[in-house]
Amino acid sequence: MASITLKNIVKKYDDGFPAVNDVSIDIEDGEFVILVGPSGCGKSTLLRMIVGLEDITSGDLLIDGERVNEKAPRDRNLAMVFQNYALYPHLTVYENIAFPMRLTKGKFSDQEVDDRVRQAAHMLELTDHLERKPANLSGGQRQRVAMGRAIVRHANAFLFDEPLSNLDAKLRGQMRAEISQLQRSLNTTSVYVTHDQTEAMTLGDRVAVLKKGVLQQIASPRELYEQPANLFVAGFIGAPSMNFLPGTVEGDVLQTPLGEIQLPEGTADAGRGKEIVLAGIRPDFFEDAATLTETQLAKGTTFEATLTHTEWLGNEQYVYVSYENDPRVAEVLQTLAEEMDADELRTQLVVSVDATSRLRGGDAATLWVDSRRIHLFDPATGENLTRDAEAGAELTRMAREDRQRDAERAAAQRES
Amino acid sequence: MAASGTLTGRQRLAWTVLTVVVLGYALFPVAAILATSFKTPGDLGNNTFLPTVWTWQNYEMIFFGNAQELFLTALRNSIGITLIATFVAVVLATLCAYAIARLDFPGKKVILASALAVSIFPVISVVTPLFNVWRVIGLYDTWLGLIIPYLSLTLPISIWTLAAFFRQIPWELEQAAQVDGATQWQAFRRAIVPLAMPGVFTTAIIAFFIAWNDFVYGISLTSTEAARPVPAALAFFTGASQFEEPTGAISAAAIVVTIPVVVLVLLFQRQIVSGLTQGAVKG
Repeated sequence: MASITLKNIVKKYDDGFPAVNDVSIDIEDGEFVILVGPSGCGKSTLLRMIVGLEDITSGDLLIDGERVNEKAPRDRNLAMVFQNYALYPHLTVYENIAFPMRLTKGKFSDQEVDDRVRQAAHMLELTDHLERKPANLSGGQRQRVAMGRAIVRHANAFLFDEPLSNLDAKLRGQMRAEISQLQRSLNTTSVYVTHDQTEAMTLGDRVAVLKKGVLQQIASPRELYEQPANLFVAGFIGAPSMNFLPGTVEGDVLQTPLGEIQLPEGTADAGRGKEIVLAGIRPDFFEDAATLTETQLAKGTTFEATLTHTEWLGNEQYVYVSYENDPRVAEVLQTLAEEMDADELRTQLVVSVDATSRLRGGDAATLWVDSRRIHLFDPATGENLTRDAEAGAELTRMAREDRQRDAERAAAQRES
Repeated sequence: MAASGTLTGRQRLAWTVLTVVVLGYALFPVAAILATSFKTPGDLGNNTFLPTVWTWQNYEMIFFGNAQELFLTALRNSIGITLIATFVAVVLATLCAYAIARLDFPGKKVILASALAVSIFPVISVVTPLFNVWRVIGLYDTWLGLIIPYLSLTLPISIWTLAAFFRQIPWELEQAAQVDGATQWQAFRRAIVPLAMPGVFTTAIIAFFIAWNDFVYGISLTSTEAARPVPAALAFFTGASQFEEPTGAISAAAIVVTIPVVVLVLLFQRQIVSGLTQGAVKG
């Protein structure tokens, strides 16, 4: 159990390229923090600096308040699960799990080693496989062995480096749930690297979004979703990703290529005076006006649009609306798409409507949008003009309380 | 398996015949030597495949008779020189291949390319200059005088097979072990060495064969029993009288030096094949 503190951490390679640039994160004892970002954002480098496999160019890394920059990996007492599991192929599952204890001669008796291995194996449902070699195991089982090796150490913290990226989609979901439950029940500080925003949202107490080595925002998943700090975070978090509609604020009205959208006063104030803004609207802020009641309609505004096509998925339905993009923001959006590893800029609005809606491609539909949740971004700086920092902090505070409640429950369970 | 299951009866027959023909073609000389090694001197010229009287007399001659000295010292030379050459080649190749697989340094490609160039260089074109040099510097007819040229044969292939093998070792394991609490030495010793051993072992066997089977260097760079290996020594066998061909004794000696090679191949055929194909495909 330990807290981990990153203070102004910088990693520069020999060619002067900063892979990680001035990142500061406070990880509390027992907290599950996710480092997320597109490939090349420095998240893995950051994790490897925490564990000691990469040197830190400047800044301080503290574990439980003690500076460990110069300590060898073995002296940091951290456990890591690697992307390809890094199991020892010549050892059985039992010996793989026991490996960390075998290295400390005399510290553990054979009985202790056996107890701990069997306990971990029981937790991870590996008891039947202890005598097998890793090569004969399925991907999910290998993953569990790697976790077993981390558990027996009673390490200060668990570090995960994209542990699920080698599994197929179905298994990934299952292992995600297992990791989450395991972390909750052991209440061990964890840092988890992923490029998958779904993993980030489902696992993390807090999520740190990185871009090109720079920390963009660290907050609870809810805060990231509701109050993103900038264009990049807004676009990266959420699937399908947020729509960015160019427009200008005139009075209380946002003029967009799709027509006029009535804005709430606070939002309009923030965007007024800017030559052009990007309105960030998540697909689920929209609805087919025909499926809503009068009271619901009154909470937002409606506009007319011609649909290009629809996708019905059973539990939800997406409809698409093409629009002419404003050349003044085309470049900004193109760069954003590249930064997010997306192929190209879409000039298509994704709208999530009720699955019962009977809209079809080619229809001229009346769409409703929850204008209270619209954010306005400055295309020049990417900054979120309408971010309510207080409301965001409140969301993260709530997540922290939730975690503490979980920890108490887990502690009570361990005692009983 | 699936392929053999789909063979029709006729195809199977054709394959069987073909296999038998190839096997016969390849193994007939060996069988002939084996049969000859059991013949009496009188039997040698009788134009039959099998000896009329089976006899151990040729083997007695090379192990206990008048060819004993020639053969046993040659055998000792062969074993000694080959083992030393193999050992040195494997140690050097391991270090070299480790560097090639793990480190990025200028000249990496040059090393691999020159190793390849050396290995395809015709031995016969090197041997005459080498003979002159060796005589001048006093390496002629010594163990060292053979070990060095043998290294030029065994090192390149050892480097290529080992480099290919080392590239497949997941080096992340070393880091994982360090995170698990191992020192650098423990990580190497407990995570990497067990994985590298099969590759090193296979390479050693391949290098051993190459040195063991050499004839050109063996006959050209030696003149006495001081360093002459078995393949060369066979040419110096003499019969009981000068009118008698030593064919029987030569055959027996040939069989004796073939046995360890065959045993090694049979024992480790799987490793050898995978080692060779790794070198071939991945190198």
